[in-house]
Amino acid sequence: MTLTVDTLTSWMNNFADKIEVNKQYLSDLDTPIGDGDHGFNMSRGMKAVREKLTTKPVDLQAGFKNIAMALISTVGGASGPLYGTAFLEMAKKSSSTDDLGELLKAALAGIQKRGGAKPGDKTMVDVWSELVPEVKAGTLSKDKIERAVESTKDMVAKKGRASYLGERSKGHVDPGSESSGYLFEALLETEGLL
Amino acid sequence: MKKIINDPHNVVAEMVSGMTRSYPQFIEKIPDTEAVVRSDKESMKGKVGIISGGGSGHEPTHAGYVGEGMLSAAICGQVFTSPTPDQIYAAIKAANQGQGVFMVVKNYSGDIMNFDMAKDLADMDDIPVRSIVVDDDIAVENSLYTQGRRGVAGTLFMHKILGAAAQQGASLDKIEELAKKVLPNIKTIAVALSAATNPEVGKPGFVLKEDEIEYGVGIHSEPGYRREKIKPSKELVEELVGKLNDEMHLEGSKKYACLVNGMGATPLMEQYIFANDVLNKLDEFKIKPSFMKVGNYMTSLDMAGISLTLFEIKDDKWLDYLNFPVKTIAW
Repeated sequence: MTLTVDTLTSWMNNFADKIEVNKQYLSDLDTPIGDGDHGFNMSRGMKAVREKLTTKPVDLQAGFKNIAMALISTVGGASGPLYGTAFLEMAKKSSSTDDLGELLKAALAGIQKRGGAKPGDKTMVDVWSELVPEVKAGTLSKDKIERAVESTKDMVAKKGRASYLGERSKGHVDPGSESSGYLFEALLETEGLL
Repeated sequence: MKKIINDPHNVVAEMVSGMTRSYPQFIEKIPDTEAVVRSDKESMKGKVGIISGGGSGHEPTHAGYVGEGMLSAAICGQVFTSPTPDQIYAAIKAANQGQGVFMVVKNYSGDIMNFDMAKDLADMDDIPVRSIVVDDDIAVENSLYTQGRRGVAGTLFMHKILGAAAQQGASLDKIEELAKKVLPNIKTIAVALSAATNPEVGKPGFVLKEDEIEYGVGIHSEPGYRREKIKPSKELVEELVGKLNDEMHLEGSKKYACLVNGMGATPLMEQYIFANDVLNKLDEFKIKPSFMKVGNYMTSLDMAGISLTLFEIKDDKWLDYLNFPVKTIAW
């Protein structure tokens, strides 16, 4: 596992590509259970991240921090602070380790603290809590990512706007879980990272 | 989608520019943000700053209420999307006159997280910041299993009261105490005839049949509690006042403020007809509102519909605050 400024940048560019290709799909997922803009908000954020990373960060910590600040200042909504907090926590943790599993664990703790969601609430936490241990164990796979994302489909939302739908939120994949799935897919596909 | 816009991705920036350039006597843009601050800095001196904000699309909320006697600054997020912490923080700094800043936040997960992060930033600079989360929409059950009740048009009464108190020199502690006392007395319920179309999304948030209405819809097209065929105004009032009465137990011996709020695409003629029916219904309770407003105060882009807010005035001082003169675009 070699996380460097270069592999981090490839990971993020790869994630940005996936968001760009799927922005309409993410917004469509957000329409029945949210307000239909998750894809556009994430696209705005990842464009800013890509732009920021064209200047090579001095070290990993600076890299994570730049990503966090770009997301926090452009995405808005709930996704901005949640993704922003995740990368900010990775920035903090990266002063003591470059182990991706450890960094993602800190990120997940940050997401949970910021948003207050637990596994089963039909949020991005469901995907992160399922996949972070897989990264740590070196067993992350495309199949596991897909399953983690799909698992949110039959859950009843307990946080955010989807929670107003109660039972009616069932049958829809959570948009934040889908975009998180792309983050893990990008991680899996980035050469030399895992 | 048929809208008078240029680029769906640039609507907020162009709107803020249009508002600040049309009304330079009230507001000006905070540089490098989509936030606005009072132009009249003299009126802010030595006072606690009151700020609010949220996603755009609810105009004249919130920038239209920035001015002497009301908000000190307001942050305009992307359409229906919470503003970002850096912009909120810029508004905190612009509003702070050494007495601290009070934030009026509506109960949406995004708004709460972004305003919290902005408060963290202000803490690092030793700017005292307090806040209240407004959740006046009674359409949603207050439950541990949801985000809880949404903040909607009743938030305007919070802005007005805190703005007047701050203008009269109330301290940050007093403002916080006042906000907590006022909050549980503001209740709102809405009915929608059609959903809003977010310009970035390009299609409506939900679709109602030609002859259908939905009770309890939120200001971002969040689902309500019941759909049925359109009815005469007085029957809609019957339903909405009934819901408010279940919640507030209306009594002729108590004082109330009333806000009839258009959602964006409902003509004022219909709003006045509805207001007339509301007043008739309140008459049955022997209630004559001590304060009343009718108009487009907190809209939802081009949603057709109306919301009704009742606010029980438990302290005569609150009525003075409501009547306190302001210099804003829209109050």
